Amino acid sequence: MNRSVIDLWVGVFVAIGIASLMFLALKVSNSATANLGDTYRLSAEFANIGGLKIRAPVKSAGVVVGRVADIRFDKDLYKAVVDIDVSKNFRFPKDTFANIYTSGLLGEQYLGLEPGGDSEYIKPGEAIRHTQDAVVLEKLISQFLFNKAAEGGVQGAPAGK
Amino acid sequence: MLARFFRKLGAPVVTFIWRLGFAARFLSAILMNSGASLFRFQLTMRELYFSGVLSLLIIMVSGFFVGLVLGLQGYETLQRYGSSEALGILVALTLTRELGPVVAALLFASRAGSAVTAEIGLMKTTEQLKAMDMMAVNPIARVVAPRFWGGVLSMPLLAGLFTAMGILGAWVIGVKIIGVDDGAFWSQMQAAVDFRYDLVNGFIKSVVFGVAVSLIAVFEGYDTEPTAEGLSRAITRTVVVSALAILALDFVLTSFMFRGKA
Amino acid sequence: METTLSAEPLVEMRDLAFAYDRKRPILSGINLTIPKGKLVAIMGGSGSGKTTLLRLIGGQLRATSGEVKVAGNSLTTMSRADLYKMRRSMGMLFQFGALFTDLTVFENVAFPMREHTDLPESAIRDLVLLKLNAVGLRGAANLMPSELSGGMARRVALARAVALDPMLMMYDEPFTGLDPISLGVIGSLIRSLTDALGATSIMVTHDIVESLQIVDHIYFLSEGKIVAEGSPDEIRASADPFVHQFVHAQADGPVRFHMKAKPFAEELGLGVSI
Repeated sequence: MNRSVIDLWVGVFVAIGIASLMFLALKVSNSATANLGDTYRLSAEFANIGGLKIRAPVKSAGVVVGRVADIRFDKDLYKAVVDIDVSKNFRFPKDTFANIYTSGLLGEQYLGLEPGGDSEYIKPGEAIRHTQDAVVLEKLISQFLFNKAAEGGVQGAPAGK
Repeated sequence: MLARFFRKLGAPVVTFIWRLGFAARFLSAILMNSGASLFRFQLTMRELYFSGVLSLLIIMVSGFFVGLVLGLQGYETLQRYGSSEALGILVALTLTRELGPVVAALLFASRAGSAVTAEIGLMKTTEQLKAMDMMAVNPIARVVAPRFWGGVLSMPLLAGLFTAMGILGAWVIGVKIIGVDDGAFWSQMQAAVDFRYDLVNGFIKSVVFGVAVSLIAVFEGYDTEPTAEGLSRAITRTVVVSALAILALDFVLTSFMFRGKA
Repeated sequence: METTLSAEPLVEMRDLAFAYDRKRPILSGINLTIPKGKLVAIMGGSGSGKTTLLRLIGGQLRATSGEVKVAGNSLTTMSRADLYKMRRSMGMLFQFGALFTDLTVFENVAFPMREHTDLPESAIRDLVLLKLNAVGLRGAANLMPSELSGGMARRVALARAVALDPMLMMYDEPFTGLDPISLGVIGSLIRSLTDALGATSIMVTHDIVESLQIVDHIYFLSEGKIVAEGSPDEIRASADPFVHQFVHAQADGPVRFHMKAKPFAEELGLGVSI
């Protein structure tokens, strides 16, 4: 096998390999973690976080502005403490609401930030004071059933009509 | 009687541990004698050709078919829950995290790894390695190290190619044939696949597999018992041991990389 | 005997012993001297340890005890780097040639030059063709080793072994598996290359007829020990029973035809024990 032929084929091979890696990097994946650039840390307490996971997106008005960095359990307050990394490009007022939402009926959960009207901003390392817990589907359903039962009176047996 | 049983049980274990130690020493010998393969890159170039270029076709074709199957099966399942648009996510995550590196490495072991073992084993059987050693040319530097590096460099590129072809295959079956929405396929995929967590971890896996398979291949070749039977056994061992090593390493790496993450 | 060994020694072995493990000694109590510029044969039956002896001189194996000296340097204590330096002035012809199967004949002969010298391509080409011409295979330069016959492959390997004009040549069973014509060709090549290069040659073989015609001195090896030595004429005339058996290819002699075993009658159950 001729040396230059080998060189040519190896060149083709490396080009194809790098092209496919580029394809994966640019077309298949997002670099959300990388895109955020420098971040600052905020925390928020919740009575129930539902199915929120580490690395879940933090969105404001539907745009990703950060990521969930850590989830801990506070043993004195019996609450979940969620640390989030927010991009340094964005600042949020002191009275911002942190809510846990679900994208779609069965989709993944994310943390939504709804800014209030305060003129002061939350500083890095501070906690978001206003939070709203995750909506737990089972609770909703049982609530709905209780209401129905209350409407229908005592004769509304669970087995049906 | 009992002693004989334990001795029988113990012998393969001792042999295994002995070989493991030998392989570790062999790896350090390769690393210390890698000067020639890096400074005289023509040597490694030839091995890139044999392990990389000659594996191109099998990797591309199998990647494409795996993608087709994933597309079909994924669609089958997802459409039951009315979320066939998530096909892109399913296929891309499966391929980047697991199937891409693992299946590409398995194919690489049987295509290129066995060929490397056969080549080095044959050189040993026909005393070519000894002849080289007598000519004051270190066979580890001249024969083993270039093949090792050729494999290590080829593997990530082949795994990337496999993954890309698989996604392409799933796109062909899902979007072009079944009719999943093109925009949703790509945008959902892109939203869910994270560069750092999915792609880079998959890439790290393929590098680790590349080192493991290449080391096993050159080691089995170098350690071949110099007979025809020994050679065929060494080739079989390369494929079997590589497959086991890939799957075991995959488990270890996955549990480190993706534990507790979304 | 003293007359053939009078020259200055190139290879010396003193009280040399070698064993892979303690139970099975391969060589023991070996004392031999190989003088400069001579062609010496080491002969013995299969498994007598003669190839091991060659490996010890080439430094591929290290002696268990005793000393091997090549050109005044002791191989037993030599570092790997020094050993490699030493080997550049050694050439070895392997039993079946051991040509690199992925390189052409030309590249095979050029291999040691490319690895150890910075000669320009044109000089390498001239040298390679010169070496190939010496073994009569200049016309085969562009063939692959798989296209050569056994005898031709051996000649190419010989050209490769002398590529860097070594001071010490070693031949491991150079006559094995060759037809009489090729055998004669290799034999006369070994003699003429030794004389032309002024090199010292050690040949390990069991081909007594061919050896007696070309060598200067012969050592006989049996069960890891040197049992006889002498010039070809002395060997022919020797009354030593082992040498006699070897030279005349007798089936039974000091080397028994039968492997050690119980008396046959006993094995058949015809013994007294019934």
